[in-house]
Amino acid sequence: MKNRMAPKRRRVLTLFLIFFLFLLSFASSLLFGQTPITAGEVWKSFSAFNDEATSHIVVQSDRLPRAVIATVVGASLAVAGTLMQALTKNPMASPSIFGINQGAIFFVVIGVVYLSLSSLVSLMGMAFLGAALAAAVVYVLGSLGRDGLTPVKIVLAGAAISALFQSYTQGILVLDEAGLQDVMFWLAGSVSGRTLDMLLPVLPFMVIAMITALLLGRAINLFITGDDIAKGMGQKTLLLKAVIGVIVVLLAGSSVAVVGAVGFIGLVIPHVARFFVGHDYRWVLPFSALLGAVLLVSADVLARLIIMPQEVPIGVMTALVGGPFFIYIARRGVSNL
Amino acid sequence: MKRHTTWRTRFFSVQMDMRAIRRMGLLVLAVLAACLLGPSLGNTMLSPVTVVETMMGSGSGANEFIVNNSRVPRTLVALLTGGALGVSGLLLQGVVRNPLAAPDIVGVTGGASVAAVAFMTFGAGAVSIQWIPLAAISGALLVSTLIYALAWKKGVSPIRLILIGIGISAIMSAAVTFMIIVSSAVTATDAYVWLTGSIYGASWSDIFTIAPVIALGLPLAVVFSSSLNAQQLGDDTSAGLGVRIQVDRIVVVFLSVVLAGTAVAVAGAIGFIGLIAPHIARALIGRSYGALVPASACTGAILLFAADLIARTIFYPVDVPAGVFTAAIGAPFFLYLLFRNRNHF
Amino acid sequence: MSVEAKNLTFSYEKETVLRDLSIRVPEGEITVFIGANGCGKSTLLRTMARLIQPEKGAVLLSGKSISELKTKEIAKQLSILPQGPTAPEGLTVEQLVKQGRYPHQSWLKQWSPEDETMVENAMEAAAVTSFRNTPVDDLSGGQRQRAWIAMTLAQGADTLLLDEPTTYLDMAHQIDVLDLLHELNEQEGSTIVMVLHDINLACRYADHLVAMQGKSVFAQGRPEDIVTNDMVKQVFHMNCHIAADPIFDTPMVIPYGKGRKPYGAIAAAEAE
Repeated sequence: MKNRMAPKRRRVLTLFLIFFLFLLSFASSLLFGQTPITAGEVWKSFSAFNDEATSHIVVQSDRLPRAVIATVVGASLAVAGTLMQALTKNPMASPSIFGINQGAIFFVVIGVVYLSLSSLVSLMGMAFLGAALAAAVVYVLGSLGRDGLTPVKIVLAGAAISALFQSYTQGILVLDEAGLQDVMFWLAGSVSGRTLDMLLPVLPFMVIAMITALLLGRAINLFITGDDIAKGMGQKTLLLKAVIGVIVVLLAGSSVAVVGAVGFIGLVIPHVARFFVGHDYRWVLPFSALLGAVLLVSADVLARLIIMPQEVPIGVMTALVGGPFFIYIARRGVSNL
Repeated sequence: MKRHTTWRTRFFSVQMDMRAIRRMGLLVLAVLAACLLGPSLGNTMLSPVTVVETMMGSGSGANEFIVNNSRVPRTLVALLTGGALGVSGLLLQGVVRNPLAAPDIVGVTGGASVAAVAFMTFGAGAVSIQWIPLAAISGALLVSTLIYALAWKKGVSPIRLILIGIGISAIMSAAVTFMIIVSSAVTATDAYVWLTGSIYGASWSDIFTIAPVIALGLPLAVVFSSSLNAQQLGDDTSAGLGVRIQVDRIVVVFLSVVLAGTAVAVAGAIGFIGLIAPHIARALIGRSYGALVPASACTGAILLFAADLIARTIFYPVDVPAGVFTAAIGAPFFLYLLFRNRNHF
Repeated sequence: MSVEAKNLTFSYEKETVLRDLSIRVPEGEITVFIGANGCGKSTLLRTMARLIQPEKGAVLLSGKSISELKTKEIAKQLSILPQGPTAPEGLTVEQLVKQGRYPHQSWLKQWSPEDETMVENAMEAAAVTSFRNTPVDDLSGGQRQRAWIAMTLAQGADTLLLDEPTTYLDMAHQIDVLDLLHELNEQEGSTIVMVLHDINLACRYADHLVAMQGKSVFAQGRPEDIVTNDMVKQVFHMNCHIAADPIFDTPMVIPYGKGRKPYGAIAAAEAE
């Protein structure tokens, strides 16, 4: 316990270090790809954009949107996961416990197979709808009964609803083989082919949710000491739980709508953040946001390089990059939430 | 009314909850009913009497093929596989004391899936498809051993086991998705069906694979049930009570891996049963592991049987993988239990 | 049966917590470990209960090293109540107490007549029989602690180790729990070893007091013999006045810090 309580200076230093890592990964996201583009050209594409130069177009219309989307989504998923683990007091929880991923996937599959939707924007709408609907159902089910929302109930309700949606998805895909190839890439999550226009409709929600989340640190510090103590200190725990729920849906629902199901970040980054800063959520939340962005942006860079010219889904890459590091941390000793 | 009943002889004594015994009886009856119903229902409906006659060897030739070569093995495989998954999930939830644990957490599903899908992607044509079950169970054992070894640090703590399991499982499922994407469309569909889990084409050899595992595994699970009961009080208290925690933990996890690994080898990566059957059993008969082992086995068996029954009848002639329906029927029932016991969770 | 620790050394990571510590627990008496936070008293208790293994040295049970005994055999002779134990949600008092019979059961002998009597007696002794069917997590702090003690009693060991059994209890419940342990000691002759924070309660209930400081035993003996100004200063790093407990005549430690100025005789003594 003692060495978890790192002094403030070390935390700030670590934060800067991670921020530096983030800049590094963001820069490599602009530089590397099928054709490497020099730093000078990248710079020029910002300062003196030339719509004749392919490299400028690639940077501005493909790589920059990807990097930005990966940053926003990575941070959102990580923060959503942190909140989810605090809410359920379960280290195995992630936004997918709310049924968010499976709900979104199910609606996307319905959109592709039955409504013949094909534009990414319309699928995005379906995904967000599915995510919000699933989360609402899980929240209501988890809140039934005398004690209101309890960790065990929400976790079980979420697992059941996720499985239910997953089975519907599997059913449709098994009966409609053509649909499988279409949605498979989406299922695994990807930031390619996304434009900033797709991010814009959900960005305001994400920003508001993110800011609210970062402000909740103190409240969560009290909340995780237990419902009774928190209530005793005058915290409106019911309200806090509802707020956390809404934030998670906004952050994770928007993310899944934009890039598809990227599972690993929400589960793992909270542990990594706690490994660095302990249990003070005023620090855990910003650390999570930054770490999530670093992981997703660098996973995206690797995803385009590893089997060029093909691309690996980013969900696959996050697990392959983040997995070993997570295992290392788990062995070093992760505190039990 | 008496809550408990006790049986004692000179060498043997056991105490059981009356309500648990009654409900257990109903579960066993349901499993027995499934044994008769399974072979009867299908495109050609047969009366249970005909089924029994055919099984005894005095039915007509056409029926004999349907009953003895198709429906009976399929029913038995569904029941046995479901039972194995149910018990496997129960053991794991008991060891790590987390209601979200399922056989996937110790890498059974991940390991088996990677091995099976790799087999389909890279070995297709070169090696006979018959070897998939063997590949699957080897993968399951290998990956779960790896997880346990990585989680070991002067012993294994539940939280470390869970976290390492999550990490490795995520890597495994990433590897599976990766392989599906780089493989051809045909292989992708095959792999997807395998990952959903299906007992289409179950044969007697499948039964001979899984029956011995159940026959050994179930009693062994009952033997370790009192240790699991004590473990629920936490590591310190149970160690104080004389539980050999690290030894028991290894044995129980291994047992869970073998049960789930065999099930997955036979039926593919059928999900959800390992997670949900123990919870349904708990809602029905309480929290004593001695009773939960058979109850989870029965619950899992009935779940997979029902899922497979729906899968092969409703969309006839299409044979939908049973894995699609395990959650479709299990989840609503579980949600009903959650609702009914909403004040006790 | 006697419990003895011989030359125990134990460290967490790099930090040594116990160094070459030896102690013999008097049979049939109440032994209380006291000391400042982090002095190793809980570690000592946990080592004696084989929950953690010492780096060097051994714990002897009737002269035999605990590491050579089967853990179930140890459990029959020695029970431990860890600090702040948690029961799974919904577990009833009776179900909890029944767990205490674990070391006496095998998979053939799951519920012998002896098991039944021991569980009933334990619940009776700890006065939890009236709420035997209530879930443990619905009980008040004091009742909950009594339920856990009942579980350790059902174990039927004649030595009980308890790690801070009175933490989080109000004063009435603290007395309640300690009286229960005292009664056990008087009537059954159980050997009781516990860690307590309240030095006055420790003096009142202990036959044998063990004060720990600097990774080892600082002083041990009857409270009357060892509790002195100097000992309290060394062990707890605090000033105090020691009076005789007006009811029991055991030593009563009245601490004082920088808060209010002492007056009268003590102030005069201070001035010298």
